[in-house]
Amino acid sequence: MTATPLIEARALTREFVLRRSWLPGSGQVLRAVDRVDLAVHKGETLGLVGESGSGKSTLGRCLTRLIETTDGSVVFDGQDVTRLRARGLRPFRRSVQMIFQDPSSSLNPRRRVGDILSEPLAVHGIRPAREVPGRLRELMDLVGLPAAALDRFPHEFSGGQRQRIGIARALAMEPRLIVADEPVSALDVSVQAQVVNLFADLRERLSLTYLFIAHDLGVVRQVSTRVAIMYLGSVMETGETDTVFDSPAHPYTEALLSAIPVPVADPAARRRRILLKGEIPNAANPPKGCKFVTRCPYAQDVCRAQRPELRPLTDGRLVACHFPRAALFASGAVLA
Amino acid sequence: MSPLLDVRNLRVAFATDGGPVTAVHDVSFTVQPGEVLAIVGESGSGKSVSLLSVLGLVDRRRTVVEGQATFRGEPILNLSERVLRRIRGREIALISQDPMTALTPVHRIGDQIAEQIRAHERVSRQAARDRAVSLLRDVNIPMPERAVDRYPHELSGGMRQRAVIAMALSCNPALLVADEPTTALDTTVQAQVLDMLRRLSAQHDSSVVLITHDMGVVAEMATRVAVMYAGRIVETGTVAELFDDPWHPYTWGLLDSIPPLTGARPRRLPSIAGMPPPPGRTEPGCPFAPRCRAAMPVCYLPPPEQVAGGHRALCVLDAPARAALRPPRVAA
Repeated sequence: MTATPLIEARALTREFVLRRSWLPGSGQVLRAVDRVDLAVHKGETLGLVGESGSGKSTLGRCLTRLIETTDGSVVFDGQDVTRLRARGLRPFRRSVQMIFQDPSSSLNPRRRVGDILSEPLAVHGIRPAREVPGRLRELMDLVGLPAAALDRFPHEFSGGQRQRIGIARALAMEPRLIVADEPVSALDVSVQAQVVNLFADLRERLSLTYLFIAHDLGVVRQVSTRVAIMYLGSVMETGETDTVFDSPAHPYTEALLSAIPVPVADPAARRRRILLKGEIPNAANPPKGCKFVTRCPYAQDVCRAQRPELRPLTDGRLVACHFPRAALFASGAVLA
Repeated sequence: MSPLLDVRNLRVAFATDGGPVTAVHDVSFTVQPGEVLAIVGESGSGKSVSLLSVLGLVDRRRTVVEGQATFRGEPILNLSERVLRRIRGREIALISQDPMTALTPVHRIGDQIAEQIRAHERVSRQAARDRAVSLLRDVNIPMPERAVDRYPHELSGGMRQRAVIAMALSCNPALLVADEPTTALDTTVQAQVLDMLRRLSAQHDSSVVLITHDMGVVAEMATRVAVMYAGRIVETGTVAELFDDPWHPYTWGLLDSIPPLTGARPRRLPSIAGMPPPPGRTEPGCPFAPRCRAAMPVCYLPPPEQVAGGHRALCVLDAPARAALRPPRVAA
């Protein structure tokens, strides 16, 4: 992993000021993403996981420059793109495409699918006009839709098909990175599996790189080569998918995995459920010390006093915890 | 033991601009005292409509509800609104996916729970309020004495759903209908709420009908399961029967398309081709046949029912045919 990452967040911070009004809490600063360092390498799929309020979507939007970054930087293919404007940003805009959760709200209902897809081709001058119709058919084929779909309107499609159109629109730009924010969470299971498979197929065929943002851990495990777990604006753990899922090191990862209801009849086949106390704290007023301390079953005094930094374990993953769970720690194998 | 709720041959049709559309076809199920029946299906399968129409919670001007349904042996289908109101809330409580459908934003949580109690029982204001506090404590809302005076917007989504559950349990209902109660909640909060729902329904001796699309939630909560597809129950059985030996190819597809959390990751997820039929489909054959990997010409006729004890499936495949198509899984 010494090669230049395709995209990188360096100490990326995004703050929101809660709207000033007479309500208590207004004017407060909410740090949605808190000095996050995260890299996505060429050819990999990084699964970004977290519950609501974890900052995963905000981080995705900062990385794609859909919203501004308060502090820190976004580096794309070695170039700092954090402050680029208009013309300078164009190549980046083309190389990084986003897919959203709700395809119907991101597709113009008044335009035919063919028009929706050909507009970006024209704007960025990716293909000469005579090649556009062929390219559109190729895109439909890539996402598994009939070419006849080009003449229809978004509302004529089911949720799964609309998400395929959203994917086709992203692919039209021949991007190098696709940031997908909860792309399958609005879909029914049977259709969800089809779209998850489509993501895998496209990565192989087009050698794409994904940042896959989702709250569904099963889906993330299926598509990701590496995962990062976020909680209240910070990355708590990141590493190879199998490493993290097979032996979570952060108590939050462990609890999150244990909380997923498993579709097997035999209770013995389930993980031991760790029921967390309370709910996710208000992001405008995170706990002092470790952000997970208020719900952590293993919290010690040091956890309340000092915020743990992300540090490596011997298996290559990074964990922000004073007392990581994995057996590695028990054997004294922690590097730091 | 006579069932608490007995629904037979339920058919529900909506009037639409394009003529009547049948959303529920010939659905029959029972809920025994003390059991948790999960009704599972994808969106549009008719799982919510089946229950809401039994409870009289559909628009009567646009909906035709046919068939029989009895609650404690008394017919409840198409009762007058006045009579139904005495049953709903007191004997049968509903928890919906969005807690704000049950809460009004303009009253304090405690007042809303107290109002529900006083609508069904003759108790003093103070007694109702005290009960609201203790119910909020039961659903693990911190500082219930203060939470009773909060407005819904001051609570998080998980806390609101707890308040709705408190309200639902306030009159010790015999039957709790929970329609996707945790779908809008985060994973760790869902685990807390499911745990509480299981504990309290047992404590209150309530039966539960749990409507969900999540097979994981089914496995953890239910005693029996009914799988719905295109307005029909295509398979029903105990949790063990359904998960260990599913009969209907649709159930196979539902179970197989869930990405596993442990073990080897398949390169591709088994998925069901195509999509559910549009509502209002009138062909007589199996509604799943166009997507079914085991479909044969006979599937375009009405499917027979396979039965063994309480395990039933609406499918032409018998035991040997099933074994050939889907060998039983070796336990991991």
